[in-house]
Amino acid sequence: MGTFNEIFEKCDWNETSNSIYSKTASDVEQALNTHKRTLEDFKALISPAAAPYLEQMAQISQQLTLKRFGRIVQMYVPLYLSNECNNICTYCGFSYDNKVKRKTLSPIEIMQEVAAIKNMGFDHVLLVTGEANQTVHTDYFKKVLELIRPHFSQISMEVQPLDLEDYEQLRPYGLNTVLVYQETYHQEDYKKHHPKGKKSNFQYRLETPDRLGQSGIHKMGLGVLIGLEDWRTDSFYTALHLDYLEKTYWQSKYSISFPRLRPFSGGLEPKVVMSDRELVQLICAYRLFNEEVELSISTRESEVFRNNIVKLGITSMSAASKTNPGGYTVEPQSLEQFEISDERSASEIANMISKQGYEAVWKDWDNILV
Amino acid sequence: MLKIADKTFNSRLFTGTGKFSSASEMETALLASCSELVTVALKRVDMHKNEDNILAHLNHSHINLLPNTSGVRNAKEAIFAAQMAREALQTNWIKLEIHPDPKYLMPDPIETLKATEELAKLGFIVLPYIHADPVLCKRLENVGTAAVMPLGSPIGSNKGLRTIDFLEIIISQSTVPVIIDAGIGAPSDAAKAMEIGADAVLVNTAIAASGNPTKMAQAFKMAVEAGRMAYEAGLGKIGIHAVASSPLTSFLD
Repeated sequence: MGTFNEIFEKCDWNETSNSIYSKTASDVEQALNTHKRTLEDFKALISPAAAPYLEQMAQISQQLTLKRFGRIVQMYVPLYLSNECNNICTYCGFSYDNKVKRKTLSPIEIMQEVAAIKNMGFDHVLLVTGEANQTVHTDYFKKVLELIRPHFSQISMEVQPLDLEDYEQLRPYGLNTVLVYQETYHQEDYKKHHPKGKKSNFQYRLETPDRLGQSGIHKMGLGVLIGLEDWRTDSFYTALHLDYLEKTYWQSKYSISFPRLRPFSGGLEPKVVMSDRELVQLICAYRLFNEEVELSISTRESEVFRNNIVKLGITSMSAASKTNPGGYTVEPQSLEQFEISDERSASEIANMISKQGYEAVWKDWDNILV
Repeated sequence: MLKIADKTFNSRLFTGTGKFSSASEMETALLASCSELVTVALKRVDMHKNEDNILAHLNHSHINLLPNTSGVRNAKEAIFAAQMAREALQTNWIKLEIHPDPKYLMPDPIETLKATEELAKLGFIVLPYIHADPVLCKRLENVGTAAVMPLGSPIGSNKGLRTIDFLEIIISQSTVPVIIDAGIGAPSDAAKAMEIGADAVLVNTAIAASGNPTKMAQAFKMAVEAGRMAYEAGLGKIGIHAVASSPLTSFLD
């Protein structure tokens, strides 16, 4: 069976980048005026030439999102299980070379955290870990899923990439969604940012969504870490990846995230800074390109930005997030992955969404649906 | 009056509960629609809570709940979900939705036929969401479906009756009620569906995602009534020109 790597290898980074930057106003207008948009249209919509058309893009994005998803925002919360990690990643608080005490939650601690997040109203949880294959492995995940499954209608995971067999084993335990971000599709720079650990294997990570698709996963999330490389080129590769996956694994759902590099203790300065205006452009471009893909925004973004993005194309939102294991109640001072920006409580976010004429939806899946 | 299985309906407008900005807005709009059959996604209902927010707003004596299996990908999952719905919502009515394709939400005909047969045997009143496929409709009748729910165009697309030629065949040969589900974007689409003889229509997105859901719900109510009246009255034939002379057949006079 082929993988995305075959398509990826045919695509040259510099050529792609040049092609995006040479898009003109007339390419953008053509992309705006069609109803089924291609990858070339997507290039035009993320190009600098589209900047003057942002309001138009936002209006179309709002209408398309409303038609498909209605006036709702899905709510989720991350649950960090562990900050142990054997990888060195230049941009991450959990990086192996960051010599700080590490923690992996025990079953009792997990249940204390679960109680705290259930109390806030959440029914969809995103499990997050670093990559420490000796302690935080498939058997550990199975135990965690077994433990928490009765308490959540939807369970997602953002952990190290696993083998096909691992995903096949975890699915019956109630694993619904897996997020795996490529970080960057720039192969050479990927190596610079991931010098050590299993994560340094670019191709294994690149082919993870293929393995997820083969496992029959309900939903997978893609994205790049914005700030590592030129965001337009990286986002085009993400769209290319999405397009391939949708056609190949047509029974899976897809979501996209746009994490912008956030500060953490001893962290890397972003190579490329993406403005709020550019992030809105990217979100709208994704929606215009793909009416069905879910678009997610985390607490990395500011209050003002999140308030205003609700109606522009996104479909899911986290709230009140802690990015450290035990952060909700067990050990609030443990090492966090990054600093969040929007610190409002879950109910404050729900009220904010409601004030915009939208509804915060806590439950949109059921754990009887394996 | 429309009869499906053991129930009769004054209103031929069936509605959905998704995409509204709040449960209270949904309630107001559905009351304005006078709909008596309202579909609810099982996955949105919190069966662990005593008082689910959506269900609390549907607690009116004229509203019958029609749980749907949205989210399932095959017959096995659908049957399980239907049984859960029967237990949780105390109804043996089920809107069978099996779409293994989460992008366009196209219904799977093979799994739908299998699940309909099984669920009918288990005593369910099955209303399957299907493509506008006349043969599939007859096959579903054979296995005990209570109605058929062919699509007018892709779900949520608001594109209207793109499948009209097939809908007309389905309506002409069906022995069970035909409810046109999915794609109805405007009251005129609903009226058209009723004019061609559909027994009912199911509308969600066009109401919920409109600028004023309550007003739109009323508009759909009126359109469905008008379309039905027109069908009952009998539409005049469409003629292009007068047929005063018969140049080809006058030699027979």
